[in-house]
Amino acid sequence: MIPTSFDYVRAKSLKDALKAMGKSTKVIAGGHSLLPLLRFRLAQPETLVDIGQLRELKGIKRAGGGVKIGAATTYRELLESTELKALYPLIGEVTEHIGDLQVRNAGTIGGGLAHADPAADMPPVMLVLDATFVLQSKGGKRSVAARKFFKGPFTTAMKPTELLTEIQLPAPAKGAGTGGAGGAYASFEQAASGYALVGAAALITVAKGMITRADLAFTGLADTPFLAPAAAKLVGTQGQAELIAEVAAASVAGVEANDDIHASAAYRTHLGMVAARRALAQALSRAG
Amino acid sequence: MATLFGSGIKRREDPRLITGRATYTDDVKLPGLLHAAVLRSTYAHAKLGKVDVTKAKKAPGVVAVFTGADVKDKLNTVPCAWNVPNCDLKVPPHPLLAIDRVRYVGDGVALVVAESRAAARDALDLIDVDYDALDVVVDPEKATQQGAPELHPEVPGNVAFTWKVAGGDAAKAFAEAPVTVEQRIVQNRLLPTAMEPRAACASYNPGTGQLTLWITSQNPHIHRFLLSVMTKLPEHRIRVIAPEVGGGFGSKIPGYADEALVSFASMQLGRPVKWTEDRSENYKATIHGRDHVEYVAMCGTKDGQITGLRTKVYAGLGGYASTAAPGIPTILHGLMYSGPYTIPNIEGTIYGVYTTTTPVDAYRGAGRPEATFLLERMIDLYARKIGMDPVDVRRKNLIPKDKFPYTVATGITYDSGNYQGALDKALQMFDYKKFRAEQAKARKAGRYLGVGVTTYCEICGLGPSQVAGAVGFGGGLYDSAIVRVYPTGVVRAYIGGKPHGQGEETTFAQIVADEFGIPVENVEVVAGDTEATPQGWGTYGSRTTAVCGSAVKVAAQRVKDKAKKIAAHLLEASEADLEWQDGKFAVKGSPDKGKTFGELALMANVAWNLPPGVEPGLEATAFFDPSNFVYPFGTHICTVDVDPETGEVKILRYIAVDDCGPQINPMIVDGQVHGGVIQGLGEALQEMVVYDEDGQLLTGTMMDYAVPKASQMPKVETAHTVTPSPVNPLGVKGVGETGTIASVPTLVNAVCDALAPLGVSHIDKPLTPARVWAAIQQARAGGGGGGGAK
Repeated sequence: MIPTSFDYVRAKSLKDALKAMGKSTKVIAGGHSLLPLLRFRLAQPETLVDIGQLRELKGIKRAGGGVKIGAATTYRELLESTELKALYPLIGEVTEHIGDLQVRNAGTIGGGLAHADPAADMPPVMLVLDATFVLQSKGGKRSVAARKFFKGPFTTAMKPTELLTEIQLPAPAKGAGTGGAGGAYASFEQAASGYALVGAAALITVAKGMITRADLAFTGLADTPFLAPAAAKLVGTQGQAELIAEVAAASVAGVEANDDIHASAAYRTHLGMVAARRALAQALSRAG
Repeated sequence: MATLFGSGIKRREDPRLITGRATYTDDVKLPGLLHAAVLRSTYAHAKLGKVDVTKAKKAPGVVAVFTGADVKDKLNTVPCAWNVPNCDLKVPPHPLLAIDRVRYVGDGVALVVAESRAAARDALDLIDVDYDALDVVVDPEKATQQGAPELHPEVPGNVAFTWKVAGGDAAKAFAEAPVTVEQRIVQNRLLPTAMEPRAACASYNPGTGQLTLWITSQNPHIHRFLLSVMTKLPEHRIRVIAPEVGGGFGSKIPGYADEALVSFASMQLGRPVKWTEDRSENYKATIHGRDHVEYVAMCGTKDGQITGLRTKVYAGLGGYASTAAPGIPTILHGLMYSGPYTIPNIEGTIYGVYTTTTPVDAYRGAGRPEATFLLERMIDLYARKIGMDPVDVRRKNLIPKDKFPYTVATGITYDSGNYQGALDKALQMFDYKKFRAEQAKARKAGRYLGVGVTTYCEICGLGPSQVAGAVGFGGGLYDSAIVRVYPTGVVRAYIGGKPHGQGEETTFAQIVADEFGIPVENVEVVAGDTEATPQGWGTYGSRTTAVCGSAVKVAAQRVKDKAKKIAAHLLEASEADLEWQDGKFAVKGSPDKGKTFGELALMANVAWNLPPGVEPGLEATAFFDPSNFVYPFGTHICTVDVDPETGEVKILRYIAVDDCGPQINPMIVDGQVHGGVIQGLGEALQEMVVYDEDGQLLTGTMMDYAVPKASQMPKVETAHTVTPSPVNPLGVKGVGETGTIASVPTLVNAVCDALAPLGVSHIDKPLTPARVWAAIQQARAGGGGGGGAK
């Protein structure tokens, strides 16, 4: 398990990092996604740019009504953040699913998102929260909505010279987490890797007993995480159990599900339906 | 002085292991060390054309590259050492590096030796190999069918052997029985996954003609012998050292090509050469376990008397016959078909089959888990068919405790047992009746609870040697110890076994310290160096405590006998008048006048005043060859809650009652049971090797092969009964494999019991949620089980 040889650049500043990036570079922070690729020689970069030490890419700051999360913020830091706990409890809930203690100590949110594993736990949460990702290169900065970021397995809207630097979350719906809005994540783990066979994230807001917003997103089910439009059918209803079951079934219908040694397409689709139903019901009960 | 035998003192091995102070083979660093890497076939089956190493040889840091053509005339092939008789065994040559054909993904094609590990690895990518793909077959049953691709020209139909076991008259029993149940069972192929992968470091001294090989080994003396065969170097010029060994589970018994190749490279180059597997190499190049396709039938009366068992088994061997492979599905499997029961009529046919896959050999339990699984699975199917409680069926068929030694229909004789005692104890801990009531209530509420109860016995403590010879085992099955007492009264025991996680450095010290009445800290156990230890046959088959531990006991007794002679001389008394009390020999009636073990150790070693005819020194060697195998037994119970919507299995309770005779260290016994049960639950729930139709290993990393994690596993409740064995002086039986043997059917039977109301009768393990869900769908559609569901 020895990678091909490569040059190693430990960036001292973001500017430094962006300068070093090119067509055959790879960026490393926690390394949990990249190192296996290097060791299997699936990735053979000429240069590895280490951004793990960059303070400017770390930390969670309030901005407007929402927050900005530095891309090199570790999962552990997400779990320890009181802001996130108060504003987006769903992030903490899903972070608990990611790897184990050691992985969460070193792995970063930006690294995981940029890696775009189609079975990762965090992407569907970014989809339902309607996050925005800030991408920077030597030439400048642009923003891409999470909902337009994931293009396929391990494929994103990023260019090779771009670096994911920040995750921006819009202001949560009123009373998030405690009433008015609720989020939930339901998943089934692949026993070996711990990645999701299927996972579903749901976010629901309620006003005067009626659902005013319902977002549902999947991971693991298809070749990329995706938002299920069927959830919109819940808006304007009280979210009765039968209705939730219907929406859950509709949201997986027609999806070209992954089929591998761990789960057939039929089983994945079925689990997707179950996960969606459970996540929606729990999100609703939390919103209520 | 309180006896140490039976005391759960802490393992002395642990401080160095948990603080990173242990020395493994990969930690060995020698001046001038070179590093090796093996180019492995990416094809499961192919004609091997030109292997072009020109570019690799010129790569920076590369010292040498060897191919099959370079070594075939200088080295012998990899031997198979368990040549089971009367089964027409065919063992085709297994070259150290492929010559004209590759037979599995991972088969060695070339060896690169370089100044660094990275340089050796880089050079592998520079070797050009011409493969001409041949048809592939990974399933042992399909490999015997007409039209299947053949691996070896000398093995038509890929059948390496056809072995039969028969006792009683099975044909008559099945013809006359009112009830018969049949089931096809797949014993999933497994990866042993020792925490430390294989490694070898060879240092040949051209000046002395001596080869030293550090190797991660369960049996250094066997490896010395096999290495001598492969390298053609005489045995006395080879020293094998197995330093710390990070687990084996059977995978470090066999002789492999790689260890011989690094030895050869060191002999050729005159420099030390080291090779260490990485994990994905380990999964391809180190033996796998299990891999049976079985057709099983059981017959009996309507009131639960089992009258017959019949099997037809296709046992996958992989591309070549590994060291002990032929003995695993035959001697260690077929002979155990009676289990703990009085089944009068047994007939089994076992085909050993070559397939284009990694070789299969001993994996924790080796043959016995497969036997126990098929037996216990069939009993539950039989009980269901006759509408009888499965526990009652078992109880009715257990060998009564007053019938030992008991000879079963397969011809082997069990040493001792009280199977009802263990069953009673387990049922008491569990409250079986209460659970059945809860289960009935839960079913009405739409919850699916289930219970599995396994009564088992197994053959272990592998010995005696005479039997080893009779069944074609290419070695002895005695074991050995030297107990050496130093002038200051401290002791070292040099043993033939090689503990690698079983804790014998602690338990054997307890045996010696008890014998001499000295603190356990004054005894050290030395293992793993063929230069220091007497000929032994290794640690596997739960044999080390029963066989090697007995050698320790006998050697210690010999030392004590000599000490007594010296004591009598010094006390001017006759030996007959002496008694051993409170750690000293004293004249009966005057206990205050005596000689302690320490005093006698000094007097023996300085030899100032020894009795006439007594030699100086205080040490003894013992070679212990048991009169029979030992047969531990017990009852395991598991309860589960199955979610019919998702197929997820939640274990509610797991109870293990095991009888391994008297326990030297109960904490270590419990540790062995815990580890064994968890490893078995891995097999039952989630571990499975998958090859695709091209023979590519799809479960080639730990991201896809699901070794159990602590968070996925239940608490294991242990208890014991104690039935001594008459075949060794300690009365002990083995306990290293019981957990893996008993837990697999216990879990599977519990799940099948839970799903009985849905019409599920059998699911092939591992019972992943996907398979359980598929079985439920199939049963609902009128199927009856989820045999080969994905």
